[in-house]
Amino acid sequence: MSPLLLTMSVLLAAAMIVAGIVTIRARTISIAILASGAVSLFASVMFLLLAAPDVAMTEAAIGSGLTTFLFFFVLGRIRSGNYD
Amino acid sequence: MQAMLDILGGLVLVSGTVFLLLGALGLNRMPDIFNRIQAGTKTTTLGTMLTLAGIGLMQPDWSMKLLLIGLFMLFTNPLSSQVLARAAHRGGARKTPETEVDRYAEDHGDPS
Amino acid sequence: MVDLLIYLAAALAGAAFLLVLYRFLAGPKPADRVIAFDVLTIISITGIALAAKIEGRIIYLDVALVYALLSFLGVIVIARYLERNL
Repeated sequence: MSPLLLTMSVLLAAAMIVAGIVTIRARTISIAILASGAVSLFASVMFLLLAAPDVAMTEAAIGSGLTTFLFFFVLGRIRSGNYD
Repeated sequence: MQAMLDILGGLVLVSGTVFLLLGALGLNRMPDIFNRIQAGTKTTTLGTMLTLAGIGLMQPDWSMKLLLIGLFMLFTNPLSSQVLARAAHRGGARKTPETEVDRYAEDHGDPS
Repeated sequence: MVDLLIYLAAALAGAAFLLVLYRFLAGPKPADRVIAFDVLTIISITGIALAAKIEGRIIYLDVALVYALLSFLGVIVIARYLERNL
């Protein structure tokens, strides 16, 4: 691993820790969902830098895309009172 | 020939990341949400396009896939910025006092 | 020369990443955080393209393609949620 990629990995790891702290200390639930999506985003780039592009693709599609989508969809349904 | 293209691609790459940095600076310095959307989305679209073009100059056999990524960015990025600005306007976001023209409120009524 | 330019580009992109991360942490309204999240995704696409150039593997660009599609869907769903229209 070249020193540039190593520096990028350290930066991403720090950003993951910061976004995780935001996730557990956020005031509202929508900010917490958004921050957990950010953790997943950084984790996906981290997998890519560790030379696993297929894992990174799955993490980007499922973790960062579908989970955030599903959480916001369910949150909107709960708020509007349509439980069906 | 390829050495010249490499240096040219590097210069285009650095200019693209300069645009990214300017967009990030605008995202921090602008006074309200609409200006932040404006600064954040337009500059980063141009910055990413220039970055992809620079890498395409360095690796000419990758240019097809880079062109596809650039095309997707060009389609989706203004769309998401427009949807987000409309959501912020309907949610009654605070406008900076210097705002003079608000066509959306003239057409659809001001929610705030 | 070319390596120096790539290093400079990576440093500028890293500085942009840190600035946007600050806005993501401090944004007073949820819409500020959403736009910061979108810009973080776009800067990540740049970082992925730089990593592909450094490692010399074209397969990394597929992940950038997935990102370019998914950031759009996520932002549209969040905007519909903020509009109270989902």
